[in-house]
Amino acid sequence: MKLLVIEDDREAAAYIAKGLSESGYVVDQAAEGRNGLFMASSGNYDALIVDRMLPGMDGLALIAALRAAEVRTPVLILSALGAVDDRVKGLRAGGDDYLVKPFAFRELLARIEALLRRGSGSAAATKLRVGDLEMDLLTRGVARGGQEIELLPREFRLLEFLMRHAGQVVTRTMLLENVWDYHFDPQTNVIDVHVSRLRQKIDKGFAKPLLHTVRGAGYCLRPE
Amino acid sequence: MTRLLRTNAFRLAALYLALFAASVLALLAFIYFSTADFIERQTETTIDAEITGLREEYADRGLAGLLEIIHSRSTTPHGGSALYLITDPALQPIAGNLNAWPRARQIRPGWISFPVDIKTRDGPVSSTAIASVFVLHDGFRLLVGRDLRDASAFRGRITRTLAWAALLTVALGVAGGLFMTRHMLRRVEAVNRTSERIIRGDLTQRVPLTGSGDEFDQLAGNLNAMLDRIERLMLGMRQVADNIAHDLRTPLSRLRARLEVTLLERPDAARYGEALRETIAEADHLLATFNALLSIAEAEAGSRRETMAVVDLAEVARSVAELYEPVADDKGLALAVEIDPGIAVHGDRHLLSQAIANLLDNALKYAPDGRVTLRARRLVGMARIEVADSGPGVPADRREAVFDRFVRLESSRSTPGNGLGLSLVRAVARLHGGDAWLEDNEPGLRALFTLPLADSRALPATRNAA
Repeated sequence: MKLLVIEDDREAAAYIAKGLSESGYVVDQAAEGRNGLFMASSGNYDALIVDRMLPGMDGLALIAALRAAEVRTPVLILSALGAVDDRVKGLRAGGDDYLVKPFAFRELLARIEALLRRGSGSAAATKLRVGDLEMDLLTRGVARGGQEIELLPREFRLLEFLMRHAGQVVTRTMLLENVWDYHFDPQTNVIDVHVSRLRQKIDKGFAKPLLHTVRGAGYCLRPE
Repeated sequence: MTRLLRTNAFRLAALYLALFAASVLALLAFIYFSTADFIERQTETTIDAEITGLREEYADRGLAGLLEIIHSRSTTPHGGSALYLITDPALQPIAGNLNAWPRARQIRPGWISFPVDIKTRDGPVSSTAIASVFVLHDGFRLLVGRDLRDASAFRGRITRTLAWAALLTVALGVAGGLFMTRHMLRRVEAVNRTSERIIRGDLTQRVPLTGSGDEFDQLAGNLNAMLDRIERLMLGMRQVADNIAHDLRTPLSRLRARLEVTLLERPDAARYGEALRETIAEADHLLATFNALLSIAEAEAGSRRETMAVVDLAEVARSVAELYEPVADDKGLALAVEIDPGIAVHGDRHLLSQAIANLLDNALKYAPDGRVTLRARRLVGMARIEVADSGPGVPADRREAVFDRFVRLESSRSTPGNGLGLSLVRAVARLHGGDAWLEDNEPGLRALFTLPLADSRALPATRNAA
């Protein structure tokens, strides 16, 4: 998997590149907007990480130019501007995800994984399966090992998100944004409570747990 | 003085004066002409009446009788201005107080005007006279006239009077205009002086009010209200800066100390790992505080106002309640939800969610047991969110203070939190045109915030709880 990091802050770029390389990605860097656009236009990358404020060319303009040139590489926008309007503007310009600075590296990694998975495209599926856990998106039925599991609507959406990102680390912020559509950090661990309820329903009574807590990062649903 | 000339007020006064003077002059001219005309007509009417009388005398008593009357009238000073003359067909005077037939010019059929010398106590004075001529039988002529000396003197007096009146009017107008301009300029000047002092940095200055409630007072009132708001914002900013200095510096120095001490200890890999994890947790806490501060600042600045839309507060409250329901359950608390259907407000869904979440967060954090109630009510003209708990509550004298940034009760120091939750609630309520406050729930605490209702027809069709 090849990634391009377009970021003018040398230190931040080096740190992101190092972290991503250690996670098994091949990383190129561009420190300036026009150069970044030129490299990204080649279409050789699986995902782009673009800082919003860049010398030479604004990050959003860069993304808009890429999309106009029909380059569909998924883009993660990095920005110090974190208001809802700023996110909306970034996503409208053609970004696929938006991460506010300062961020935890695990958060960035989790979101990149999610973006790459989205790129491989399995959205049209009507059934999701992780190990012996099955979800029917049409009947909204969930079963594990043939045993039906009753879920509340919100629990269903939470599980659906986890199953669509099976095998990846999903952060609390990602869950809050995607399942609840909230863009703030609640002071208490509300997400943990919801996840542990879900875990009660899908893991209790089964030998192998599916829903794992990843310390300092979030959760991961994987069959093992 | 040049400044005076440049001012709008002066221009207005000058324009007003010009219009005023023009209308007064027109009025005076009208008075003059109608008065002069009246005097002339009156003279002519008198002459006409006299001729009619004399003609009757002539018909009764013939030329001899007429001569007698003219003679007597000419010798007795009759008003002093009457002129008579009877001539034979050769225009030789027979009787009357004119020496000869005058060299006259006709002004109208039957009317003539001529110069005449009038004898007065101070000697002869030349004047103008008008007269009517009546032809008797046998070519004799009768001239009856009036010397216009009195009339023209009267006319002269009127002219002088009117001229003085016009002059006085203009003088009064100029004085009044200057006075008004000065007066208005003084009020504007007061605003300018205050503004200049404020620009120089003294934000406590206010524009003086006269208490008359006129436009200047309204302007001054609005300026003062604006200054009050600016001062409040500045104060808020300063407070934030102070708070940040205190409440972010403390954890930052703690973080730095921890790293330094770890280095000094010559630790093993496990100790390093632990120290780093602690540091990350501390940094995360700092970031959360920082984000909360930014949210409050953003709500207070009101920059989100443009993106507001009509939202269903009932839906927002229900959604947040659902987020917190398992948390309450875990703590063994009952979360009761009483929500009126369809509460349309004009607002920002994210901020409103966050405000309600903060209130629930507090209630669930501090209530040791019992029940937490979330109410969303549609009252007359406003919506009210209420979160009631049966916890230890907040003493009455601290119920305002806890809305300030970073203010936490001594008793709550041990629980996690940054002391920013209620600050955000109030900022959000005020951003929406409402307010937030605390009440005694006897026992426990009731946190309330209100916001004005919007037109419920603007509400999108209620979504099904999916």
